[in-house]
Amino acid sequence: MQITSPEFKANSRAALADPQLQKALGNVRSGFIEKRLKAVADLPEFERLRDSAKAIKDHVLSNLDLYLEAYEGRVLEAGGKVHWCGTAEDARQAILAICRGVNAKVVTKGKSMITEEIALNEFFEKNGITPVETDLGEYIIQLRGEHPSHIIAPAVHLNKDQVEEDFRRVHDHLAPGRDLTEPEALLNEARRVLRSRYFEADVGITGANFLVAETGSSIIVTNEGNGDLTQILPKIHIVVASIEKVVPTLDDAAQILRVLARSATGQDMSVYTTVSTGPRRPGDPDGPEEYHVILLDNGRSAMLGTEFQDMLRCIRCGACMNHCPVYHAVGGHAYGWVYPGPMGAVLTPSLIGVDKGGHLPNASTFCGRCESVCPMKIPLPKMMRHWREREFERGLNPAVGRYGLKAWAFFAKRPRLYRFAAAMGIPALKVFSFGKERFSWLPLAGGWTKYRELPAPEGRTFMQQLRERDAVMKQAAP
Amino acid sequence: MSGREAILAKVRASLSEGGNDPARRAAIEARMAKPPKGVIPARGKLPDDARVDLFETLASKFAATVERVRSHADVPKAVAAYLRAKNLPAAIRIGADKRLAAMPWDRQKAMEIRNGPSDGDDEAGVSHAFGGIAETGTLVMTSGKDNPSTINFLPEHHIVVLEAADIDGDMESVLAKVRKKFGKGRMPRTLNFITGPSRSGDIEQKIILGAHGPRALHIIMVDG
Ligand code: SF4
Repeated sequence: MQITSPEFKANSRAALADPQLQKALGNVRSGFIEKRLKAVADLPEFERLRDSAKAIKDHVLSNLDLYLEAYEGRVLEAGGKVHWCGTAEDARQAILAICRGVNAKVVTKGKSMITEEIALNEFFEKNGITPVETDLGEYIIQLRGEHPSHIIAPAVHLNKDQVEEDFRRVHDHLAPGRDLTEPEALLNEARRVLRSRYFEADVGITGANFLVAETGSSIIVTNEGNGDLTQILPKIHIVVASIEKVVPTLDDAAQILRVLARSATGQDMSVYTTVSTGPRRPGDPDGPEEYHVILLDNGRSAMLGTEFQDMLRCIRCGACMNHCPVYHAVGGHAYGWVYPGPMGAVLTPSLIGVDKGGHLPNASTFCGRCESVCPMKIPLPKMMRHWREREFERGLNPAVGRYGLKAWAFFAKRPRLYRFAAAMGIPALKVFSFGKERFSWLPLAGGWTKYRELPAPEGRTFMQQLRERDAVMKQAAP
Repeated sequence: MSGREAILAKVRASLSEGGNDPARRAAIEARMAKPPKGVIPARGKLPDDARVDLFETLASKFAATVERVRSHADVPKAVAAYLRAKNLPAAIRIGADKRLAAMPWDRQKAMEIRNGPSDGDDEAGVSHAFGGIAETGTLVMTSGKDNPSTINFLPEHHIVVLEAADIDGDMESVLAKVRKKFGKGRMPRTLNFITGPSRSGDIEQKIILGAHGPRALHIIMVDG
């Protein structure tokens, strides 16, 4: 997917002025917060469970090598295969090889952020394989050629009339006069259309909320049942999961499950919690004949042992974005890559590089709500500050950028001096940088401007833009 | 270096750990063999009757319907009545579960019984649960020819027979039974925890029942 994280500011301005988006974001502000609050109030042990869940993940992370080995051993014993993939490209190739092995034409997919991370759908299409998203929200955004704007509610940026428009456009074999005004009708139509796709698919791909070292199982948590149909109907089930998903035992998963659904949707339990282990057993009348796990690192091993290790406890519940005033204002797409909100602001620079994702940690008011609701007690604001410090050290933060720009302009307006300095090598420019590294990239100003805006002529603040948004909303209201 | 070795080497380098510390390995093996007792909510820790009542209350709260019968012999009649009440044809899909097979289906003369996994054309499927969890009103299902997983997901209506005696307070207790039945570290292909019928909130965050799985989940609890 096209990374637009460096354009966070411009993305935000556009988001604030988009009345459809602003209307849809109202559903985040009103729904999730209240539901979580109620579910948490109903369970007196919730705080202790958070501590328990955090301790489990901390223990796993400091023994990750051993748990991965143990997990792999159990998967093999159960008749499955494990594909260790260092990079997104390794993962795509491993998946393609499995699909090619059965000459797969259609692949169904359960909801999986990790397959977004490796941009699997685009890759499938390039290779002549049709990916079919089966989660309702994912299906809708696939029809629109979009990416999820929320990690558990991928289509939260849309309103139902937009979905109706897409269904009429794409499901053109259905009667044009049909009534699609209610969400129920839209859901029913998607259910009918997708039913046949499950049976058509040669391969089904799901993510995993947990990998269990004790048993070699993968666990998914869903409400729709699409993840189950995706894995039990095709010949092959592929699980795509990153290395930090492993937990020691099923009992550990049970501890974390108690905080997961409550933090995410305010449910005591999601409707379907599914523990999958290997392919179907001899004598089983259904289930996949092959079971593959794509075990992806993609930058996570490098986070271990750093100030960002805590981020690897994340269970992708979405609570941090549900409670984030910045997310409420601009939605998920403004963050410009796969993971939005506070968790995205911390994770994105780790995974795609601080040069591309380094702006996101600035997208915070440091109100601290994300940390206070995070079931895994991840110190998100502190880590955003770490990123700002690193960005500063690398000379990538906006203040330094502004200073650098002035100095660069000084040279740029004097082309001969510039050429001379450039020819002398960068050390010549360092004279103007008080010995810091920050000028090393200045002569590549094309690259610099490509990845960030020029400092805006001091103009509208975020608060002013928020007020303008409210005016837009009033106009949009019927 | 293979992908496997490269990833493990990176993890070990980041953790500043070598791979062959026997003490570390022994510690995680011991922890896997006997996980520490976590936080078990008091909610499910109840005497038998109250626990079964809690299961019924919570399963109903999460939009399943629950009916209680006195004995196995009452189940076929209850299934037939459910189908009639929903205006469904008298036909069910059912696996090879011996407990279900032993029930007096022949007393429901008009009932068509299709055996085996679901092919997607069934209005109603009947399964027998492995157990239940009172803490969250959750059913526990294990895959296999007795209760094929497709019956949990493809029919429009999923009817599940659950022995009241198989309801535990919490998930950990059920997991202990799974280990006992299948062997430590061994699992059925699929273990499903099911809490209410399928639903989606993906359109404007409004919860609608009947997404991809069953539109209705009916639990017949056998008290005897
Ligand atoms: S950072 Fe915390 S709150 Fe945010 S998605 Fe991860 S676990 Fe949930």
